[in-house]
Amino acid sequence: MSSALSITASVNPPRAVYLDFPLGHTAGRAGDVSEQRHIMLDTLRALETIQVPGTIRRLKYRWTEDDAWKDSVMRPRQRGAADKSAHADDRVERWPDPQYQHEADRDLADPHCPSCVFPERA
Amino acid sequence: MREPVDYIERTRSQYDALGYPPYTWVRNEEAPPFAPLTKPLSRSKVGLICSGGIYRVGQIAFHYKDDISYRRIPMRTPRRDLRVTHFAYDLRDARQDPAVVFPAATLAALADAGAIGGTADNAYAFMGGIYSSRKVKDVLAPRLVAECVRDEVDVAVLVPV
Repeated sequence: MSSALSITASVNPPRAVYLDFPLGHTAGRAGDVSEQRHIMLDTLRALETIQVPGTIRRLKYRWTEDDAWKDSVMRPRQRGAADKSAHADDRVERWPDPQYQHEADRDLADPHCPSCVFPERA
Repeated sequence: MREPVDYIERTRSQYDALGYPPYTWVRNEEAPPFAPLTKPLSRSKVGLICSGGIYRVGQIAFHYKDDISYRRIPMRTPRRDLRVTHFAYDLRDARQDPAVVFPAATLAALADAGAIGGTADNAYAFMGGIYSSRKVKDVLAPRLVAECVRDEVDVAVLVPV
């Protein structure tokens, strides 16, 4: 499953489906269980029916009718093409320690966690 | 309908505007390996591998700097026990409904309905945004493949973000 067509085409997997949604929704829209189910069924059907290696099947779903979300993707605070400083770096710093969603998760984490696999420490 | 967002092009212009050297994307030119399904989906065991930074309460969370570790997460983990952490995408929807990047519940429901033969007991989650594609290819991917072989899945659904 992919929502980044050019990246997936470059990686060239055996088969893929493309869902034209903003990143962070590769398998569907939050709270829409019915649409998530249909997207997965279409994905599995593609797995079953694609015969040509490298095929990327475009799914029919759309995030919004006007596709306006595409304007702001990776273009934070864009004020004009001439003003290069308009591009702010909105990425998060690469912290080297675990980033818990909730602080309480840190206390609940098992330091010897058997289902956490660190291949480089093996 | 408008064209798909070209993330390679937008990353290129963002890096350029920030004065960074260009990002080097993975590019595979040769024909990909292709394994046809050997049985109908209604009799196939389906696995799941996701890169959105999902962990379960009780597990160690991912860190944001070239983390090539992964988590085994029971496919039927209740939504309230799933967590999402990542540096590179808007997490709001994924935290509200992890199925948007980790469709384990979706697959489990399809198994219950008989649309697929079943699911593996565990799904696998890791952190995307690993700058070394060599480490992904030589260290992480073979481990995930070995897990899938051990789980005896017939097919695996990959969900990157």
